[in-house]
Order: sequence, then structure tokens, then C-alpha cells
Amino acid sequence: MNRALFPLMAVLVAGLFIASLLIGPAGLGLGQSLRALFRGEGEAVVLVMRDIRLPRAILGLVVGAALGLCGAAMQGFLRNPLAEPGLIGVSSTAALGAVLALQTGAAAAFTLALPLAALAGAGLSVVLILMLAGPRGGALALILAGIAISALSGAATSLVLNLSPNPFAAMEIVFWMMGSLADRSMVHVWLSVPLMLTGMAILLTTGRGLDALTLGEDAAQSMGLSLRSLRLRIVIGTALAIGAAVSVAGAVGFVGLVVPHLMRPLVGARPSRLLVASALGGAAMLLASDIAVRVIAPDTDLKLGVLTALVGAPFFLHLIWRMRRLEA
Amino acid sequence: MTLLQIENLTVRRGACPVVDRVSLTVTEGEFVGLLGPNGAGKTTLLRAALGLLPHEGASNLSAMPPAMRARAAAFLPQGREIAWPIPVADLVALAQGSASAQALALTRMGLDAYRTRAATALSGGEQARVLIARALAQDTPLLLADEPAAGLDPEAQIRCARVFRELAAEGRGVIASLHDLGLAARHCTRLVLMAQGRIVADGLPRDVLSEANLASVFGVRGFHAETDMGPVFQPLDVIR
Repeated sequence: MNRALFPLMAVLVAGLFIASLLIGPAGLGLGQSLRALFRGEGEAVVLVMRDIRLPRAILGLVVGAALGLCGAAMQGFLRNPLAEPGLIGVSSTAALGAVLALQTGAAAAFTLALPLAALAGAGLSVVLILMLAGPRGGALALILAGIAISALSGAATSLVLNLSPNPFAAMEIVFWMMGSLADRSMVHVWLSVPLMLTGMAILLTTGRGLDALTLGEDAAQSMGLSLRSLRLRIVIGTALAIGAAVSVAGAVGFVGLVVPHLMRPLVGARPSRLLVASALGGAAMLLASDIAVRVIAPDTDLKLGVLTALVGAPFFLHLIWRMRRLEA
Repeated sequence: MTLLQIENLTVRRGACPVVDRVSLTVTEGEFVGLLGPNGAGKTTLLRAALGLLPHEGASNLSAMPPAMRARAAAFLPQGREIAWPIPVADLVALAQGSASAQALALTRMGLDAYRTRAATALSGGEQARVLIARALAQDTPLLLADEPAAGLDPEAQIRCARVFRELAAEGRGVIASLHDLGLAARHCTRLVLMAQGRIVADGLPRDVLSEANLASVFGVRGFHAETDMGPVFQPLDVIR
């Protein structure tokens, strides 16, 4: 592994974070922006910097890191390069919670109704997955339980849309599901960031176990791994981080799938090193995408999730193509 | 000293026992060859002894907490899995053994030239050697190996058997399931023959590999000769 990787990634993330603070439709000067942010000079500028751009940049940073880290943890745990954070059903149940909040009008009545409903959905998926996969269940049981939960909550979400009497509500739901960081406030930050950080902290303890799992469940257990404890930490860590991420950003796809693939060759494929690398990579990718949405289409509300999928999917195809060529 | 002590171990699949009241001990200085036809219960016995399967009866290893067990015994599973393209030296280091144990394990399995290569880019037999080296690097008093010789070329098979015998000579214990009767007869200090979940013979290689046992357990008739390199067994025909 290149020793300079983590410092370089950290500098990249820091640079993108600052860029995210400085780029926006208001067109503020550099000095003006920084004075407003740190010293509170200039009333309107302070409002833009502290209440609009700062929460957006913080959420880009933390949501991106959560997506990348959970993707790496999930791929390591399931030993499957196609795994992504939503595989255990957390994103779809969180989305269902949010959709119900939008549909019932609770989201319009009070700001935190939507993120809280999404978190409740994520919590429900944890209970369901632990019940379905059983105490001794391995990777396959977890994947199948996750697919069943995702399918069920996906169907329930479609049902809500299907029965929606109001086309505007349906429209709002569809837009929300595309994923975005626009117009989020510091309240969203305070609600979601501690949960995402807790989830990520739990996932960062799984490195050694994920390394051992490279050799399969039997070998890993014979090396002293408690599979049960590892699985619990993976499920709860992912649910906290992804549940909180979806609750504020909606469903942002592809970051959790693509970033671990990008970072894997750079860390010698060790799952433990991939965790931190993917967190940094995820943060960089989401911050860059969120800047791109603002730069590409400043006048339209281009959704973040649309862009990550538009860029991510062809990129993923390129990775597959390259992998096939190497294997041939 | 006893390294592995199993008493009345039973493992059931549904109502049917696949390992049936097996008692077995492995002590320091022994290289035990676990023989038996497919489905005799060899793999199940090894996994249950480690506590990887629910079982009745007692095993000293399965009673230990995982971290303590990892220092008491290393395990080479039959299913060979390497999920990610990790360099060979890093993979062997996953066993958390000392640096000298890792270096010795790589040398013993003839892998010094492979240290920086991605393990998944190696051939099946080479990967098998890497996984044996990983188990050796765990540097434990006892090694349980499930078909360590499967898929190895003749040189690597002999190398592997010799390393296991060296481990026994160092005062460690090894129990390995094997299908090559000649390899087992030449290198093991003791053989345990299993059939239908039970131990049917346990003792010195020449006593266990009797013509009657080969016929009743494996259903084969073969060529047997003593050479200056040790006994040779070659199954030639199916009896039934």
C-alpha cells in the first residue's frame, strides 16, 4: 500500500469540503464567504454560509463517508464485490418510513417528521433482519433476508405511490427518493451526523474480523473471530449510518458500490484498510458530485442521486470491462 | 500432554447421526492421519471438535473461548476460500503469528518467491499451499487439517506431509484427513479409520491399513509393498 494514500485522500476531501462551501448560486467572494462563516460579518452572507452551505457541505462529507464505509464493510463481510450498503434492506425501509411521512403530511407539519420516520424504518429493518437470518446464520441467510426485506418495503413504497390521491404528493415522494442535499438545515445535521458517526465508529472496529473472513467463515472462526459479534456490529453499524444517511439525503445510489472497487487496488485489497480508504473516497465522491450538481445545472434542481447513478453506472461498467480483460 | 480430547462426540443432521459417539485424543508428537471413505464424517468430526458445529459430547477445543482456541489450535478447512487479491505475505500474516513463524511457514511451503503476488492470481494448488502456510503461521501446539493434500502436485504433497511430520517431531500435534493411503502410511505416526460416523480402527499404520479393513471400509483391493522409502498402497480394483 502506498503510504501517501491516506494523507492525499484527506487533503482531497478537505479541498472538496472547502470548495463545497464556496460554490453556489449566490456567487459570493472568497474573503466575504470566509469572513461570514467564521466571524459572522455581513447578515445575508452569514445566512447563506452558515444556514445553507455549511449544513450541505457537512452532510456531503459525512453521508459520503458513511456510504463508502458501509459499502466496504458490507463487501468485506459478505465477501462479495457486488454487495452495497442497502443490501440488508436498511435503505429501502428507511425510504419507506420517509415516504409514509411525506404521504401522510406529517413531513409538511413538522421538519423532523421525515428523518425520524426514516430512522424508525431503518430500526425496523434491523429487527427483521436479525429475526430472519437467525442466530447462527451466515452470509447467505443475511443476503436473502435483506433481499426479502428490500422487496417488501419496495412494494409498500410503490403501493403508497399507487394509492396517492394527490399527484403533487406523489411527485414530491418521487423527487425525494432521487436523493439530494439541497436545502438541508443544521437541524438535519444535528439529528443525523451523531448517528452516522456512531455507526461508522462501530464499523471501524470490524477491520480485523473482515480481514480474517477473507479465508471463509470456518477459517476466520478458527483464528479467534466471533462471527456472531461481527455480524451484529455490521448490521447495527450499517443500519445507524445508512438509516441516518437516507433520512437526510434520500437514496443516493452507487457511491457505496463503486467507491470500494475504486479503492481496493490502492490498499492491497485488505478489507481492514479498505474501510478508512472507502470512507475518505465516499466523502470525496459525494462532495464532488454535490458540487457538480450545482455547477452543471445551477438553475434546475438536478438531484444528487441521479448524478451519482449517471456517472457511477458507466464507471462501474468500465471497471467490469477492465476486470474481464485482466482475467482473460 | 493431550492437545485434543474428544469424548462421545455426536453430530446429527436431522435425526441421523453423521458422527456417532466418537472419542479421540491427539497428544504431543503425534501426526494422526484421519482416513475413511467420502461421507464417513471426517470433516464433520474436525469442525465439531473445534466447536464450529453444534454437537453433543465434549471437546476440549470447543469448550474454549474463540481467542483462546485460536492459540491452542489452527484449522485448515476443506473449502479453500480466498476472497480478495491480497498479497501472499499479507494473507499469511492474517494468522497473527510472530514474524518468524510467518517467514518459516512461507519457506516450509516453498512460497518465498510468491510473497508479493496476489493470492487469487495463483493456481489452485499454489493457493492451497498458501492456505497451509497460513495455518502453519498461526504457530499453535495443534493443527487440524482437512484434506491438506487435495489438489497438490506430488512434490507439494510430500513437502506438506514432511512438514506435518516435522511439526510432530517438534512436539506439536497434527490431525489431518487424507485420502492417499500410501502418503498416510509413510508419514503419519498413527492412523484413525472412520466409517459411517464411527471410528473402526485406530493404531499404527501397518495395523490399520490391513487388507480386511481396506476391503470392509473402502470396498477396494489393492497393491501393497514395503519399500526402503516406506510402505506403498495403491488401490487397484473395486470389490463390490
